[in-house]
Amino acid sequence: MFSFIARRLLIAVPTLLLLIVISAVLMHAAPGGPFNSERKLPAEVVANLQAKYGLDQPLYLQIWTYIRDLVLHFDFGPSFKYKDRTVNDIIAQGFPVTLVYGFWSFVIATILGIGAGVIAAIRQNTPTDYLVLTVAIIGAVLPGYVIAPILVLVFTLKLGWLPGGGWEDGEWRYLVMPVIALSTGYIASIARLMRSSMLETLNSNFVRTARAKGLPEWKVITRHVMKPALLPILSYLGPVFVGMVTGSVVIDMYFSTGGIGKSFVDSALNRDYSVMLGVTLLVGALTILFNLIVDVLYAFIDPKIRY
Amino acid sequence: MALLDVKDLGVTFATNDGTVTAVNGVSFSLERGETLGIVGESGSGKSQLSFAIMGLLAKNGRATGSVRFEGQEILNAAPAVINPLRAVHISMVFQDPMTSLNPYMRVSDQMAEVLTHHKGMSKADAVTACVRMLDAVKIPDAKGRIRLYPHEFSGGMRQRVMIAMALLCRPDLLIADEPTTALDVTVQAQIMALLRELQAEFGMATILITHDLGVIAGFCRDVMVLYGGQVMERAPVDPLFETPSHPYTRGLISAIPRVDTHGETLVTIPGTPPNMLRAPKGCPFAPRCAYAGADCDDHLAPLTAFAPGRLRACNRSLEELA
Amino acid sequence: MVTANLRAGDLSRITDMAEVKGRSLWADARKRFMLNKAAVASLFVLIFITLFSFAGESIAPWTNEEIDFNVIGSADTKGMPSIASGHYFGTDDLGRDLFARSAQGTRISLMVGFVGTFIAVLVGTVYGAVSGYVGGRTDAIMMRIVDILSAIPYMFVLILLLVMFGRSMFMIFVGIGLLSWLGMARIVRGQTLSLKHKEYIEAARASGVSSWKIILRHILPNLLGVVAVYTTLLIPDMIMAESFISFLGLGVQEPLTSLGALISEGSKSIVQGSLWQLYFPLAFFTVTLYAFYFVGDGLRDALDPKDR
Repeated sequence: MFSFIARRLLIAVPTLLLLIVISAVLMHAAPGGPFNSERKLPAEVVANLQAKYGLDQPLYLQIWTYIRDLVLHFDFGPSFKYKDRTVNDIIAQGFPVTLVYGFWSFVIATILGIGAGVIAAIRQNTPTDYLVLTVAIIGAVLPGYVIAPILVLVFTLKLGWLPGGGWEDGEWRYLVMPVIALSTGYIASIARLMRSSMLETLNSNFVRTARAKGLPEWKVITRHVMKPALLPILSYLGPVFVGMVTGSVVIDMYFSTGGIGKSFVDSALNRDYSVMLGVTLLVGALTILFNLIVDVLYAFIDPKIRY
Repeated sequence: MALLDVKDLGVTFATNDGTVTAVNGVSFSLERGETLGIVGESGSGKSQLSFAIMGLLAKNGRATGSVRFEGQEILNAAPAVINPLRAVHISMVFQDPMTSLNPYMRVSDQMAEVLTHHKGMSKADAVTACVRMLDAVKIPDAKGRIRLYPHEFSGGMRQRVMIAMALLCRPDLLIADEPTTALDVTVQAQIMALLRELQAEFGMATILITHDLGVIAGFCRDVMVLYGGQVMERAPVDPLFETPSHPYTRGLISAIPRVDTHGETLVTIPGTPPNMLRAPKGCPFAPRCAYAGADCDDHLAPLTAFAPGRLRACNRSLEELA
Repeated sequence: MVTANLRAGDLSRITDMAEVKGRSLWADARKRFMLNKAAVASLFVLIFITLFSFAGESIAPWTNEEIDFNVIGSADTKGMPSIASGHYFGTDDLGRDLFARSAQGTRISLMVGFVGTFIAVLVGTVYGAVSGYVGGRTDAIMMRIVDILSAIPYMFVLILLLVMFGRSMFMIFVGIGLLSWLGMARIVRGQTLSLKHKEYIEAARASGVSSWKIILRHILPNLLGVVAVYTTLLIPDMIMAESFISFLGLGVQEPLTSLGALISEGSKSIVQGSLWQLYFPLAFFTVTLYAFYFVGDGLRDALDPKDR
């Protein structure tokens, strides 16, 4: 198993490096440099700015500098828009916020999704099962940007229970609606996935063997069914994680939470490429890391993985 | 009182295409220590018969009739009734050892849970007992290998584990559902020899379900022939092979490939087994039977004794078949 | 002698089987699909929605670009859905007819769904089939590339591309399609690997059929089932992705619109109380997605009988 983890690590590192190289090339290949704004700047000023950002150097050197700073100093470089801020500053401001509501959404989506799926599978073809399925199907196609305004309409405008936006260091009242909007879709898809994987396991031969041993049903489920049924969920957690970060774009827009999604959208509107790439790279790196963790967990659960 | 008494057992499945009848009015009884072989081709309902007895039918299956174990009704019984009997009094060995063991659990955990659950043994005592049983089914280095996962065993070894697991509580009745079908031919012979030995040693009543008459011959005292979910014939092994009393049994026996005669063609029974979605009203074998008359499509004579220990269900008399 | 005997027996068994199941796999699948009420109903719903998206604008008394000056400025009170004003679905804040715009938006969303999926399926199928069929080192490298690409947060990259190279329908189609072929490639590769070792493929190879011919004549037709199912399930994903992009204002540009753009506008107008601006586009959006999911589920059940 340790060789398996080592191998995964060996794959993750070059993947990450490749991602960095592609991003660096992409950034410098972008049409219209960061200073081609509507306002025409004097040639002198442009030359100064280009020198400051190293844009007067040959392309390969620029790319090399970018990669070197990133790998050695974890430095994403300066923002192309805000002269006094680096990409690191901008990320450091937005990312912790996203991490907080993303974490809670992730936890709630996983727990509620698995719970609903298990209940539906155990009560297959009963009203409970149909209720879970119906709610799951509805939840799966309601995008966050539809849920968010409805939440605001109900809880802020109609009932006045919750603030319509803001962050306030993640006080719970500011956390509720972002978490609901972000997790609903994933609760639905995890529930559906869990239900079908649970049903498949319940019909497998080794569960029949467990029943033939005279174990009560709850013991059959906890000892024999849960572990194999959870494996597909584990593989799905990677995409869920990415979805939490991507979804932050919507959350930050609606609830003014000021997470990484806001940094990304702002930089997109400002054509601040270095911030956009920085965020993309960071999310990519976290995805790789997260998938690595999932793989390791998988290796612990599934005894057949031994290579 | 018979150990197991099955009366008019029926099994149906609700499917999207309609109701499928797998077992239709099967009755038999089994005394302590007796060995009964149930023979039939695939789709004859023999596996579903054993699942019905154990209460392991799939969710869309429905069992009717009566199954009594030591006088107690166990068909469709509540979990509180059937669970204490399973593994302790009635055990089962399944067809496919590759998928019948939990791939995510160590063999030690899978086996020991039988003893810790039913006998209240401590985990350590249970594992010691399990190692002894693995020794009994001739798994080399049982002490070392019990900690392994099922995929680290070969097919034959896994079936030995299954058998050891089934025998842990010294059951009164063992149901072996095609225990050798999924295995290589040489391994098949080893497993059957092992079962024979263990049966003699432990003395449990055994139902051996198979499509292979050859396997039956060396193992069972009695044979029951199943076709289309119904019993065609029941007899002690020797008379059944020497003077089969049913056209289907005759077909089965003559279809066994023999090495001592040099026939030109392999004998087969013409036609295919009935589609159980439209369960036949009369004899299920009638469409393939050389002796069938118009009455056979309409009804089938009940299973009746015609000699000591021998029963048959056929509209034609023995003289007519001669 | 013995083998000849066995063959005689096998032959009779095979002809027996042929009598029993004379229907082809596809005829069988069609029959099973037709028995699935939700899937068939969804298919009709999809046909209806498609018809609406193409014919809706000719039925509507207003075109999608016309501005109703009676309504402008007070859309929340005068822009209500009504038969009398000819605005069956009401108007938006600018006084544009929502019926016509919903039809147009549905058409664009469906187009993005189909074109994006077509690109993803084309690239994914060819890539996966080649990788799986060639196997060995090539397969390992090709699949490692897929692994690397799947670590890229594609929604961010799509936004990046749209910002860098400018917004256009072409960019949306190609961007969404090119970034979604990875799943398809994995599935097709897996299926190809298992097909490769089937006896009839071995037989074809043994009799000297060229690799390309084997891929074209034996592998691809057998992949059709998996591809069909995955395609139907990919279309709603594409529509969702486009709506996300449009929600951010990076999607199709005015006067064109899509369901995502309409929902985005509608959700902003909730506060003013003109809820119809959200309801109608949202209804088309969700119904379309459900319909695709049900058809996809139906197809999967029909083509994969072992599931039942």
